[in-house]
Amino acid sequence: MQQARTGESTIRNETIVERTADRELVVTRTFDAPAHIVFDAWTKPELLKRWWAPKSFGVSLFECESDLRVGGNYRYAFGRDPRYPEVFSGRYVEVTSPSRLVLTQVYERMSDAGEAVVTATFEESQGRTRLTLHQLFPSKEALEGALASGMETGMRVTLDQLDALVVSMR
Amino acid sequence: MDSETLAALGEPNRLRIIELLRAGPRPVNDIRCRLGLRQSQASQHLKVLKDVGLVEMEPRAQQRFYRLRAQPLKQLHKWLDRYRHIWEERFEQLDEIVEELKRKEKSDAAGKDR
Repeated sequence: MQQARTGESTIRNETIVERTADRELVVTRTFDAPAHIVFDAWTKPELLKRWWAPKSFGVSLFECESDLRVGGNYRYAFGRDPRYPEVFSGRYVEVTSPSRLVLTQVYERMSDAGEAVVTATFEESQGRTRLTLHQLFPSKEALEGALASGMETGMRVTLDQLDALVVSMR
Repeated sequence: MDSETLAALGEPNRLRIIELLRAGPRPVNDIRCRLGLRQSQASQHLKVLKDVGLVEMEPRAQQRFYRLRAQPLKQLHKWLDRYRHIWEERFEQLDEIVEELKRKEKSDAAGKDR
């Protein structure tokens, strides 16, 4: 198993990125709150709009529609300019509040590449919640499409290894 | 380019070759022996690394030396760093929402108790 860790202080909750299989990427993070709160923040559009888009990248989530039930659809439109949004959409495959969510995901610019399957699990322990996000890409092309969007990728080498390589080459 | 670089590094022996070459250029035979690879394996891995621009070959006397090329690794590092930052920033923003929801829940519960 390959891992990339953030080299931050131990006081902060660490974001861990792992590549567990050829097309699968796993992101793990713990939150200081019970699962039902993290699940809500992850599924309610008015809350998603406030955190999903990384602000320092200058992007916002313009539209967020979510019909949170098995077979229900969702759609996120984000980007720098609302006139030219990037769109992720898909449907919910499994909705088990507040512990598990499975959804399909299509990056509309690359819709020919097929659907990714995203599984989010929320494990509560002593008032804290560990979120595990599995992203299974349908193909190499889809992975490359996601890569081109600059938002997701499959990682085959750890960031620690790259850190060491890059530092040693300066 | 990034995904090809990633794919090239995805094979453990290729990553070991890259790590070995950090110390400086080495001849093919030296790489092969140190990593316990067959001639054909070593050649194949080096070809993949050369094709994505991670290494370059230079003939010295009778031997072929391979040397690391910094640029693709630096680009890849920059890109992965950006990826990590996206998730970190999202989660930090999510922390704020989660704290807000916790406070709200607490004050709602206190309201009920009154």
